[in-house]
Amino acid sequence: MAAEIKGWDRNRMAARAAQELQDGWYVNLGIGIPTLVANYIPEGVHVTLQSENGMLGIGPFPYEGEEDPDLINAGKQTVTELPQTAYFDSAESFAMIRGGKIAMAILGAMEVAENGDLANWMIPGKLVKGMGGAMDLVAGVGRVVVVMDHTSKHGESKVLKSCTLPLTGQAVVNRIITNLGVLDVVPGGLKIVELADGVSEDELRAATEATILG
Amino acid sequence: MRTISPAASAELVPDGAVVMIGGFMGVGSPHRTIAALVARQARDLTVIANDTARPGVGIGKLIGAGCVARAIVSHIGTNPETQKLMLEGKLAVELVPQGTLAERVRAGGAGLGGVLTATGLGTLAAEGRQVVQVGGRDFLVEPALRADIALIAARSADYAGNLVYSLTARNFNPLMAMAAETVIAEANEIVPLGVLPPDAVHTPGILIDQLLERPRVA
Repeated sequence: MAAEIKGWDRNRMAARAAQELQDGWYVNLGIGIPTLVANYIPEGVHVTLQSENGMLGIGPFPYEGEEDPDLINAGKQTVTELPQTAYFDSAESFAMIRGGKIAMAILGAMEVAENGDLANWMIPGKLVKGMGGAMDLVAGVGRVVVVMDHTSKHGESKVLKSCTLPLTGQAVVNRIITNLGVLDVVPGGLKIVELADGVSEDELRAATEATILG
Repeated sequence: MRTISPAASAELVPDGAVVMIGGFMGVGSPHRTIAALVARQARDLTVIANDTARPGVGIGKLIGAGCVARAIVSHIGTNPETQKLMLEGKLAVELVPQGTLAERVRAGGAGLGGVLTATGLGTLAAEGRQVVQVGGRDFLVEPALRADIALIAARSADYAGNLVYSLTARNFNPLMAMAAETVIAEANEIVPLGVLPPDAVHTPGILIDQLLERPRVA
């Protein structure tokens, strides 16, 4: 039914997340939709992308035949370097993450709770991905923005009163961008910042288990 | 420094050893030593590494060949074989946040007992960990990691064992070169002394115990 196709697709969500970037920031983009954010960096905004496997200044994807197998992002996609690129080891990489040098991380999620709890690394008994660098990122960066679908494949809300899955971090998420809109984590619950195209406030509230204020 | 064959390097890694292996999703992993370990049918290894790559790639080859009994890693999501063996109880997997893993290895190599980090507070990563307060903030006590053997990979080596890494293939390699009793390095090329600019050396030769011979054309 056409009526069920509402709001933003993956690319529109990434484009909306790119509006979060501020000129001069150093930013870490997670795997999946967050990686697409790099395609939508607004004109005039210069950000330096950090890859936790040891790179600052991720360039565009290479042309075919120009890939360097030693030059990858954290999702193992081959990338290119920029004139300002720097490389470093994993300890230095996470020192800058935990040390607060990275202004923002944009991450995917399985669940987010109204207090900012984030779950994105395992489903007990079913799927164990591992936390990779996500726990360090949410513990250390200045601002955490989550980009994800608002509901599961079965239509259940992924924006919850409290997470059911093992946490990646406690009270770490600042802003949630989904296919239905943008929500901020504020004292007492979530606040609607923006509705996606064609989505009403009632529809957003109905798809959300978490407390929405106002 | 004399060089050894991949087969000879695999003989230096006994069954049951604790082995650190460099690389991130196979990039910067010591592929020739890994192949030799598979050929030797190594068993019961404890592998400390960032990840188990993908089936048939890098450390994924060791997993697929049944060489590994225990893995201390930050990520297994890209290797279904690792997940399957873990769920079947045939492979013990200890998941560690990536930055914590890097610091535990670094601490092990630097003669420290461990590190204090806020990473993982309030999560499963905090299970069994002591929490201490410093300056009014909570931190987990994360013990140092050391290994019997470290297997590392570089772009270039010289005959003093000095190493230079390539791009994002550096990752855990220089940390692991500090943290094991025996360190075996392999490089894409071995150059004469004096060729590597001294101030460009990433890992000084003091840390390298064994250097693999130059790659042979198969």
